[in-house]
Amino acid sequence: MKVGLFIPCYMDAFFPNAAIATLELLEKLGQDVYYPLDQTCCGQPMSNSGCNKDAHDTEELFIKNFSDCDVIVGPTGSCVHHIRDNFDAIEQTSEVKHVRQNTYELVEFIHDILKVREFPWAEFPHKVGIHNSCATLRSLRTASMSELGEPFFSKPKTLLSAVKGISFAQPQRPDECCGFGGTYSVTEEAISAQMGLDKVRDHHDAGADYIVSADTSCMMHQQGCAERNNVNIKFIHIAEILNGARS
Amino acid sequence: MSVKPVAHAHEGAKFLEEKAHYHFHDERLWDVRQKRDQEMHILPEWQELRQKASEIKEHTLANLPEYLEQFEKNAKANGIYVHWARDGEEHNRLVNEILQSHHAKSLIKSKSMITDECEMREYLEPQGITVTETDLGERIQQLDNQLPSHVVLPAVQKLTGDVAALFAKHYNTDPNDNDPHSLTEAQRQAARPIILNADAGMTGGNFLVAETGSFVVCTNEGNADLSANVTGLHIATLGIERIVPRMSDLGVFIRLLSRSALGSPITQYTTHFRKPKKNGEMHIILVDNGRSDRLAMDDFWSSLKCIRCGACMNTCPVYRRSGGQSYGAVYSGPIGAIIDPTFNKTKYSTLPFASTLNGSCTNVCPVKINIHEQIFKWRRVLVEEHEIPFVKKEIMKMAGRLLASPRLYRAAIKGTNVALSTMPRFILYNYLNPWGKHRELPHPVKQTFNSWYRQNRLKSAQKQSEKGGQVQ
Ligand code: SF4
Repeated sequence: MKVGLFIPCYMDAFFPNAAIATLELLEKLGQDVYYPLDQTCCGQPMSNSGCNKDAHDTEELFIKNFSDCDVIVGPTGSCVHHIRDNFDAIEQTSEVKHVRQNTYELVEFIHDILKVREFPWAEFPHKVGIHNSCATLRSLRTASMSELGEPFFSKPKTLLSAVKGISFAQPQRPDECCGFGGTYSVTEEAISAQMGLDKVRDHHDAGADYIVSADTSCMMHQQGCAERNNVNIKFIHIAEILNGARS
Repeated sequence: MSVKPVAHAHEGAKFLEEKAHYHFHDERLWDVRQKRDQEMHILPEWQELRQKASEIKEHTLANLPEYLEQFEKNAKANGIYVHWARDGEEHNRLVNEILQSHHAKSLIKSKSMITDECEMREYLEPQGITVTETDLGERIQQLDNQLPSHVVLPAVQKLTGDVAALFAKHYNTDPNDNDPHSLTEAQRQAARPIILNADAGMTGGNFLVAETGSFVVCTNEGNADLSANVTGLHIATLGIERIVPRMSDLGVFIRLLSRSALGSPITQYTTHFRKPKKNGEMHIILVDNGRSDRLAMDDFWSSLKCIRCGACMNTCPVYRRSGGQSYGAVYSGPIGAIIDPTFNKTKYSTLPFASTLNGSCTNVCPVKINIHEQIFKWRRVLVEEHEIPFVKKEIMKMAGRLLASPRLYRAAIKGTNVALSTMPRFILYNYLNPWGKHRELPHPVKQTFNSWYRQNRLKSAQKQSEKGGQVQ
């Protein structure tokens, strides 16, 4: 199985360690990982702001980069959601359909496809709060949603539970959006930042030392809100913990 | 006349600055959302009910003319006058005619947002007719000259202190007495004489039943019953989408409505009106006002399923923080963001962008409207129809060009070994400048992942051309 590694723009630029951890983790799990050097973005910023036509060329480039992969894995839920659910600025050829149907978010790839439940090398002796981005939660459905009253499940928590020494903090509003929302974080920056601050405070008050997420964009936003307001909490991508980071 | 788009971001930010208001608003509505969750857990058939409600509404909307005609026939047989209003203007004229023919000068009215939609008060008052809201929250908003802030809790954005100040101004009460009980009592004392001396009463309505020609009004204060009964003249105004086929359908909706709205099992007063009272007159005005047009819109017609429970507002993290007034519209929150642009595409062009698309609204909606997907679709429509600012469009065009070119993109993030010290301009250019106003910028790193990969993982780095071929 040829696994294409998709590292979106934010992550490439601001969270290279999380990207490296993703690569190493997939390799530890025995995957043949291929990273197309010419990748940039999935087109979400344009599509998300209604300018779908402007996403055309970026989507085309994405297909060019990844169409010969069996699966594409991105450590970033909202981009995967875009590819799977809204990637339609270009003609929907069989190549495009192949890419869209076989793109996975990292957690769901490990959980659902590889079905790995053990990470013997991983140890993280800290209390963590899990942040499910809304796209992973409600579109990719990697965890149960409080509004639907369905039985509890959480793919990220299932994976993290296998890590030695880890414990979990439960915020009061576990599903509440952190306010990132792509271009929303800029068009409505005051409200967006308030949401981010409320979110990190909720985790902090629940006793979390770290917020762990599978979405770097939400983390970038939350980290910015925490630092500006001196909320003492750290951020880490789930790939880093599963890959064996200690702190 | 040029119309200015609603400044939601600006108004929302202003609301946030009033810390006490913001916290109360957020907590109060979150509390309601949690109560809703508890009620959902009590009913194992909750999802089935939602499904059923959605199906009934879809079926009804697909056969709307037939059901409306059936309703009209049955209502007339019950002795109700049935009127049709194509738009707000026609609605207001009809109301005026009915009132004039009875020489009615004072109208008491129980919550019906559709009259706000039609701007009825503005029309009637110059004709010498006073309109008084009988719902406490609506009355507060009326005294403050504001639109309702929420479909179920019209004055939820106000603290008791605000109400005390407002009542002191209008009712001569003690501005320092902000005990909710005495405020309610003040309203009662002020409202009772107006209610008892009114010439005519008006209500909205939650459901029209085609099979029986009757309609149902749900309130928690009983004020609709007062408005309907103290005078001999009852005018009810409802949107045409309010119809359900059979009496037996009501069980589904009544069970969902109040549980979704407030987390209470049922509204305190659920009143069925079937015919005028003895020696009285009952009129129903069925209002279109853009609903038929919306029904014809492929992507947005299902918003007509809405039963106005407000659950989408309560769960919406943006609404809870920006307040209902920031939407500048009769209908606020997520449902407002998808129906307001059907009233005026320019004025409400900003509302579909006032969302993170988190999707919680869709999950709580008792009639299963795919609210967040419609918000997303509206953005595309508004861009296509040039209803978003030129600058924003140009930035996206640039971003699209940049992100489609690996070479330009790499150059933009200086992605080799140079520390990234600027904003992620490569994503949205200077569009991202506001980022740092309330947030720290992401930390610069020594190396992008891409450059790390080239350095550490490419077996034959030299062979790798600068353009960057796809090398394993
Ligand atoms: S859209 Fe759904 S949740 Fe929102 S008010 Fe209407 S029925 Fe209630």
